[in-house]
Amino acid sequence: MSTRLARGGRRIDRSKRVEFTFNGKRLTGYQGDTLASALLANDQMLVGRSFKYHRPRGVVASGPEEPNALVALGDGARMEPNQRVTTTELFDGLSARSQNHWPSLEFDIGGLNNHVARFLPAGFYYKTFIHPRPFWKHVFEPVIRQSAGLGPAPKDRDPDVYEQVYAFADLVVIGGGVAGLHAARVAGAAGLRVLVLEQTAHWGGRSPVDGGTIDGQPVQDWIDATLQALDGMENVTLRTRCMAAGIYDHGYMIGYERLTDHAPAPGMPRHRLWKIRAAQVLSATGAIERGLSFPGNDLPGVMLAGALRDYVVEYGVSAGDRTVVVTNNDDGYRTALALKEAGLVVPAVLDARPEATGALPEAARAQGIRVETGRAIVKVMGGKRVTGVGVGLQAGEGSILEEIACDAVAMSGGWSPVVHFWSHTGGKLVWDEAQALFRPDPARAPVGADGLPNQAVGGAANGALTLGAVMADSHDAISEVLRRLGKTVSDPAPAGDAPAEAPLHPVWVMPQGAGHKLKSKMWLDYQNDVKVSDVQLAAREGYESVEHTKRYTTLGMATDQGKLSNINGLAVLSDALGAPIPQVGTTTFRPPFTPISMGAIAGEARGDIFQPLRRTPMHAWHEAHGAYFEPVGHWRRPYCYPQGGESHAQAVHREVTATRTSLGLLDASTLGKIVVKGPDAGRFLDMLYTNMMSTLPVGRCRYGLMCSENGFLMDDGVVARIDEDTWLCHTTTGGADRIHAHMEDWLQCEWWDWKVYTANLTEHYAQVAIVGPNARKLIEKLGGMDVSKEALGFMDWADGTLAGIPARVFRISFSGELSYEVAVPASRGLEFWEACHAAGAEFGATAYGTEALHVMRAEKGFIMIGDETDGTVIPQDLGLGWAISKKKADYLGKRAQERVHMTDPTRWQLVGLETLDPNERLPDGAYARASGTNANGQGNTQGRVTSSYMSPTLGRAIAMGLVLNGPSRMGEVLEFPTVDGRVLSARIVDPVFYDKAGEKQNV
Amino acid sequence: MLILTCPYCGLAADETELSPGGEAHLKRFGPGSSDDAFTGYLFHRENPRGVHFERWRHSNGCGKWFLAARCTVTLEVFGTYPAQTTEPPAAILDAIRAKRPDWEGRA
Ligand SMILES: [Zn+2]
Repeated sequence: MSTRLARGGRRIDRSKRVEFTFNGKRLTGYQGDTLASALLANDQMLVGRSFKYHRPRGVVASGPEEPNALVALGDGARMEPNQRVTTTELFDGLSARSQNHWPSLEFDIGGLNNHVARFLPAGFYYKTFIHPRPFWKHVFEPVIRQSAGLGPAPKDRDPDVYEQVYAFADLVVIGGGVAGLHAARVAGAAGLRVLVLEQTAHWGGRSPVDGGTIDGQPVQDWIDATLQALDGMENVTLRTRCMAAGIYDHGYMIGYERLTDHAPAPGMPRHRLWKIRAAQVLSATGAIERGLSFPGNDLPGVMLAGALRDYVVEYGVSAGDRTVVVTNNDDGYRTALALKEAGLVVPAVLDARPEATGALPEAARAQGIRVETGRAIVKVMGGKRVTGVGVGLQAGEGSILEEIACDAVAMSGGWSPVVHFWSHTGGKLVWDEAQALFRPDPARAPVGADGLPNQAVGGAANGALTLGAVMADSHDAISEVLRRLGKTVSDPAPAGDAPAEAPLHPVWVMPQGAGHKLKSKMWLDYQNDVKVSDVQLAAREGYESVEHTKRYTTLGMATDQGKLSNINGLAVLSDALGAPIPQVGTTTFRPPFTPISMGAIAGEARGDIFQPLRRTPMHAWHEAHGAYFEPVGHWRRPYCYPQGGESHAQAVHREVTATRTSLGLLDASTLGKIVVKGPDAGRFLDMLYTNMMSTLPVGRCRYGLMCSENGFLMDDGVVARIDEDTWLCHTTTGGADRIHAHMEDWLQCEWWDWKVYTANLTEHYAQVAIVGPNARKLIEKLGGMDVSKEALGFMDWADGTLAGIPARVFRISFSGELSYEVAVPASRGLEFWEACHAAGAEFGATAYGTEALHVMRAEKGFIMIGDETDGTVIPQDLGLGWAISKKKADYLGKRAQERVHMTDPTRWQLVGLETLDPNERLPDGAYARASGTNANGQGNTQGRVTSSYMSPTLGRAIAMGLVLNGPSRMGEVLEFPTVDGRVLSARIVDPVFYDKAGEKQNV
Repeated sequence: MLILTCPYCGLAADETELSPGGEAHLKRFGPGSSDDAFTGYLFHRENPRGVHFERWRHSNGCGKWFLAARCTVTLEVFGTYPAQTTEPPAAILDAIRAKRPDWEGRA
């Protein structure tokens, strides 16, 4: 059984007991435990089930590479799935639940998959997707859905808060082990601005567990002294619990700091996302131990040798009383020695190498530990827990020579440098044959904006695996970084001293001659249940690229991203293909290094401050008068103003009727207002609009269309000529910024010699549309300007004063009624708006929203950008040929509109549509049916609905749409199938439904 | 997240301050041009693996459009220059050739 030892545990404080629960069971640990060490201390080796076969799984590792021990942490809204117990610090009240099993962890129905494993080989999903089709839908999919998925998704809104910070550094050191700390001290002493990110809560990494000395000091003493020196440097920032998540272009980095996960403090930020720019980055990220592929290597109790050592030394926890060590290198012996030192039994070290004569094997022998070379584990006994191993020859086929009883197995297949960050931005790797590992290729480093290397790697991450090599390599790396930054190194290289190690012997399959049956029990990827036999099957089926094999087998595609399995899987593939490992290649490492929370990515941008809101000067009035708002770009505009329990439809009906019969008021402040000024402004606008703007007389307005260079209608609005060289261009509400940028693009990049300036004055003015038969009476009541038919005709504008407020009055109409749009300084917008309501009370002045605006424009057959246009519509489709100048030699979009497809007479054209049943409204976007089917066997279409409303004025449903040969088919009836299976009939009519002669506005 | 130096205001601008504008040095074809010429202008774009010329706007800064010469593989920036030019300036071409002797020039 796994248990807490009476002695030992550098990290834990035995005077501070910590209570927690696992699957509702109350357990105890100590301050300083991880959830993993505390679970093991309580003999909770079984912590989860695998994804595909639901096999029982226990803790394998002691760090972020853990593939098995994922739990759901917390309860209710704070529940978070798939949290690694190895990186979760224990705190009082922690609550964890195991995942991926039903009905219980101990007895799991899904484990049945295990017994049908031979029917679920690699590529199972792809194969069953194909044939027979009905089987997928009715048989496979329901079963897979039931058993798929790791943790449950939380259902409630995340109650915690998150924050983000920006940081800039000359050097970011990733990893606070001995290599990183030395580099930071050297860089700090050189005066650089240094940021050190350490993912755990501790400095020094794994070195103190492994022992040895640096500059004659015990490792921990050296770490303490170095930290003290760093603490005294103002230019050095040290962060623990802060993981480098990824490196991106030009030295951009993301750091992920877990602020209160280890000591929950509601209201305090939980995670902090660091957005960092670094001139140089030094990865001192260490290495991750590899497992060995022997039959039964996924049974709970089989763990990485280094992890077993960590639990004993750091937490005083043993995974078992009797531990068999199986290794292909000298480092594995450290675990045997550490276990022996802790008073535990090591029945044997099984070394796959033909001989083991290094200092560490000799030390083990001197301790009386039985060492067997040329040996392999060929079987693991036990169900939910290891009870023993069968020993055979590594060179053999799996015959059992001897059985050894044990309750834990420590495996070491060598170490893989953590090269993730080097790879994130394109650094290449080399295969180190002697050590059987990939390490960064300094000749092909990631580069910065200047094309020069901006990353370096030091220590175990660079393939330097012994303490002496680690310190020397770290010094070389930081010396190179300082050279790049124009600094010199003053510190000498530190001398690390630890026993020499003999070379490892690569072992990818154990035993060497295992047949298919044994290979079907050798796990590579524990989380996704990928075995040696799966990778070999993929190779047989023709998957030669490692990237394809990865997707076919799902090797390395689980939440751990194959930190344990990548190299072992690659080696098996290389063997199956008969190609050397470097030729088969390695998979691409992508950020984040381990998963980070969505909360940290969102930061403070949620709820009311998700994005900046734009409000007009009258916004508070709208709120006070019950407006129901809709988002338009970043603006919030009143959609309607429901009064006394009205529905939205009722409110819109009332607003339209009031406007058509007396007086309506619209806050039109959001309309874009761009001033175009200069000697060449007229010429410029002639290029920008499809019609002629240079000939517009001062004091007059003209409706204009703007097209993109590929001919499509992009915006519309009224242009007013202010003086000889000044025009004011109105744009749609959502279009102001885009159109202003469009103008600047052409001015700066194509016609840069034209003398034109533009300015976006949208927010400088509040604008009110005064609309309806009593509009003129209201303005006359406000007083100050002559707005009679004679003084201010249709499409005229004038400056003056209304109600004592400076005003510019445009006589334009988007409703068909007598209508004025009045612009006043934004600071006086609310005052003017309130004055209009006060003076308009006798006419029943009614504020109306965007929906009434839309209904009234549709009644008049006016198009709306975004309804009648969708980026594929040209003005000619919309009956707007009258607004396209025939005289101009050129305008943006003109040449495109001459292309064959644009002049095709079968382009759909704008028409009005009247349902035969006047109470039945056509759905927006509905298609008109045509006879026959297309090449895909789908029904043909001959038109679609672009706008559709219930018209209060006409008392019936109206719609606009684009229809094949529409204008020449007046009176014809089209059929529109709806999504609920009905068919609506509608007659093609003129798009102008109301006041075709335009008499209402011409008064 | 690139950093490009705006040649107008001189700021080394983070990509969050910038808007991309596609390929640089396109020659506009208008009315009277052939279908082929116009189609080339409107749709056909270089997609090189290596040296490339691009339009960028310092949109959350001084608002100016500028051009950048950049390697699409390593993201190395050879230089930035004002948009008011129909072809890359000699200094930019020299900078590219110094770093990429094999570069065969613009297609
Ligand atoms: Zn700028």
